Amino acid sequence: MSGGGKGGRIAALHLAVIAVLFAAQFLLPAYHHGNVARIMVLTSFAVGYNVLLGYTGLLSLGHAMFFAAGLYGAGLPLYYFEIGALQAFGLGLLASLALALCFGLVALRASGIAFLIVTLMFAQAFFLATLYFNEITLGDQGFVLSEQARTVTLGGVSFSFADPVVKYNAALLLFACCMLGCLALVRSPIGRVLVAIRENEPRTRMLGYNTYVYKLIALVVSGVMAGAAGAGYALLFAYVGSTFATIQYSIYALLWTLLGGVGTVLGPFVGTGLMFYLIDIAGDFTTSYLLVVGVVLLVLILWYPKGLLGSLRARWLPWLP
Amino acid sequence: MAAVTLLETTAVAKRFGGLAAVDHVDFSLNQGEIRAIIGPNGAGKTTLVSLISGRLRPTSGRISFAGEDITRLKSYQRVGRGIVYTFQVTSIFRSLSCYENVALAAQRSLGGGLFGAEPAIAERVETALRHVNLDDRHELAAGELPYGHQRLLEVAMGLALDPKLLILDEPTQGLAPGEIASFCELIRHIASRATILLIEHNMPVVLELASRITVMDRGKIIAEGAPDEIEGNPEVQRAYLGTSHAEA
Repeated sequence: MSGGGKGGRIAALHLAVIAVLFAAQFLLPAYHHGNVARIMVLTSFAVGYNVLLGYTGLLSLGHAMFFAAGLYGAGLPLYYFEIGALQAFGLGLLASLALALCFGLVALRASGIAFLIVTLMFAQAFFLATLYFNEITLGDQGFVLSEQARTVTLGGVSFSFADPVVKYNAALLLFACCMLGCLALVRSPIGRVLVAIRENEPRTRMLGYNTYVYKLIALVVSGVMAGAAGAGYALLFAYVGSTFATIQYSIYALLWTLLGGVGTVLGPFVGTGLMFYLIDIAGDFTTSYLLVVGVVLLVLILWYPKGLLGSLRARWLPWLP
Repeated sequence: MAAVTLLETTAVAKRFGGLAAVDHVDFSLNQGEIRAIIGPNGAGKTTLVSLISGRLRPTSGRISFAGEDITRLKSYQRVGRGIVYTFQVTSIFRSLSCYENVALAAQRSLGGGLFGAEPAIAERVETALRHVNLDDRHELAAGELPYGHQRLLEVAMGLALDPKLLILDEPTQGLAPGEIASFCELIRHIASRATILLIEHNMPVVLELASRITVMDRGKIIAEGAPDEIEGNPEVQRAYLGTSHAEA
C-alpha cells in the first residue's frame, strides 16, 4: 500500500492486460475470437466471486443465483417487452443487486460452514423456481433472444451484439469494468478491512469495525458483478436458460477462481481462460468433460491451493494485488 | 485537581451457567490514571474488562463511559467512543505487514470511505510504530516478528486508534526482563494522553506503574487503593499477595 512506484506498476500491469486483449481481436481467428469474448464475460462472473472468496474469505456455493438473476433480469424483459438492450442490462444489474442485498441481510447472520449451506440452499431454491415458473422462463429449454432485441442505438449508429466485433468489445468493456472495479476496491480502505475480515474477523471487530456491514458490501459488489456477467451473457450470446442457475455454475466460479489464484485480481481471468480451453480441448476426445473439471479441482486442492497467480505471487511477485 | 470519572460500572454481573464470573461489581475509573487490576486466576479480571470493552454482554448491570450509558453498545461502537482493548493472547493479522496492521487501526479512527485519507493514515502509522520502536519494520509480515515485538505491534495498533481508555490484558506476559523495562516506559508515555486499565500478574510492574490498584477475587472487588495501601491490606495478602509478594 505504501510507495507510489508500486501503485504505478500495478496500474500499468492491469491496463496492459486490457490493451493486449484489445489488440488480440485483430489477430485472433474467428473461432478463438468468439471464445475469448465468452471467456471475458465469464471472467467477470469469477471476478465477482473472487471479491467474496478471495478478499473477504466467504465461501459461497450459490453464485450461479446472482449470475442467473442478471441473466433473467435482462433476458425476460427483452424477450417479453420491447425495451432497449441497455435498459435490459440495467434491469439485470438491479435484479442481482436486490437479490444480493436481501440474501446478504439474511445469510450473513451465519458464518463458516453454515453460511456455505445457506448459499447452497438459496441457490437451489432459485434454480427450482426457474423450473417451477417454466411458463415464463421456459425452464431448462430456455429461450433465444432475437438479433433485433440485442441491438443498441447510440448517437444514431446502431450496434448489434450479434456482430462479432461489437460482441468482443462489449465483453472487453464488461471485463475491464469488473477487473478495474475489483482492483480499486481491494486497494481502497474498504478492501483493507475486507482482507482483515478474511484474516481475523474477531480482531477486526475489536478494532472497531462493524464487520457485518463490510461483509454485506462485499457480497453486494460480488453479486452485482456476477449479475452484470449474467446480463452481459444474455445480450451477447442470446441464450437464456435455467442451466445457468444450476450448482454446476456456482462450482465453475469457484474453480476458475481457485485455478487462477484466489485473492489475486487477475487470477479469475487466468483461471477462466485455462479452464475454458481445457474443457474445449477435452471435448474433442471425450464427452465426459466434467471428469476433467473434477481432476483439476483435486489437483489444485492437493498441490496448488494458492492457484497459478497465487503461487507466482508467493515465489516471485509479492507486489501482485 | 478534581477527578473526572471516565468509566463507571454499576452492579455489573456476568454469569456463565452457574458461575458468577463477575458478581455485581461497582467499578469506577478516573480520567488520566493508570489503574491495575490484580487477583488470582479465575478472579474475573478478564471477564470484567471484556464487559467494559463489549466483547461480552453483561447479564445485568450498567456501564457508563464519559457520562453516557454504553451498556447496549456493541464492541465496535465502543471502539468509536475511545475504548480500546488489546488481547491477552496476542491477536494480530499475522500474514499482513506491520504497516497494514497498524493502518487498519489508524483508518478506523481517521475514517476513510472508498478512497480514504491515505496520507493521514500513513502519518498516524509512522507515529505509532515509532513509539514502539518498530518503524524499520513496515513491510515485514507481522507473524514473522519475535513474540515481544508482536506485543509491541499490538500496542501500536491500540495507539493508532487514539484511545481515551486503553485496556491492556497482561501486556508483559512472555516478555524478557529488558523488554519489560522499556514496556513500562512506553505505558507511562501513553498515559500522558490516555487513561490506562491494566491487568497484570507481574507485581513489580504493577507497583511501578499503577497509580491505583483494584484487587479482585471470585468475581468481586475485595480491595482498592494506592499501591502502598494494597500491599499492607491483610485481606489482599491472604487472597493473593501472600506467596508472590514474599518472592518479590
